[in-house]
Amino acid sequence: MEKVIAGKSVDVDTNGYLTDLSQWNKDIAIEIGKEENINEVTDKHFEVLTYLQEQHKNDVALTIRGVGKSGIVDIKQLYALFPKGPLKISSKMAGIPRPKSCI
Amino acid sequence: MEIKEKKPLEKVCIICAKGNLEDVYASLVMANGAVMEGIETNLFFTFFGLEGITKKSMNHLHTATTGNPAMKMPGGLPFPTMLGGLPGVESAVSSMMRKQMDELGMPPVDEFLEMITAGNGAIYACKLAVDMFKLTKADLSDEVTDIITIGEFYELCDGDRTQIIFT
Repeated sequence: MEKVIAGKSVDVDTNGYLTDLSQWNKDIAIEIGKEENINEVTDKHFEVLTYLQEQHKNDVALTIRGVGKSGIVDIKQLYALFPKGPLKISSKMAGIPRPKSCI
Repeated sequence: MEIKEKKPLEKVCIICAKGNLEDVYASLVMANGAVMEGIETNLFFTFFGLEGITKKSMNHLHTATTGNPAMKMPGGLPFPTMLGGLPGVESAVSSMMRKQMDELGMPPVDEFLEMITAGNGAIYACKLAVDMFKLTKADLSDEVTDIITIGEFYELCDGDRTQIIFT
């Protein structure tokens, strides 16, 4: 289905995750962040989002453990950046599908 | 009238009372999964479950090779109980299982506990069991918040969207 985020019409699934990463831009990430109660999106947030997008493009299954070992943030910082959904909310903001990982 | 409003879980309190590799991991996966979903999480270890938070044993947990009808040989044939009883077999099978879990990206127990507390999950040990096994706080993982009584555990389980899970 279609949804207008940050003035742009994008395709999303029923949970609000973008289905086409090429439609993503930084304003969309900021807007989704607001919906998820992240009011200030910092450079550190974007570093994580870029990492997630790269992992997604390379078909790597995402886990918070993996992000914790990425060298960008540790798991504690990841929780601080994306409270109540370190992988779920960050993936949504990054414009990639909802993570299927259990860890 | 049909009630359509969803009432998502707000808190889970998970009890781990067994010390087999699979029992401890079941508790850890459920606890970490809850933390990742933004659910307040308390994880309570009691009786043999304490193996999972005792520094000396937590990264060397075993799975039972006798009395475990689900145990299979590599290739899928049933695992003979007589074989499982031979010295060293349980150890070897358990280390093989831990290796397979590692390949799937499952962290060792100490790291798993850190992941849970990193997301503000809390880990507790049961006072009665700690006393029974003659352990002290120093024997337990640094991630353990406190040694508490069952009464204190129930106090942590307040709230009408709270579930207690016994693994």
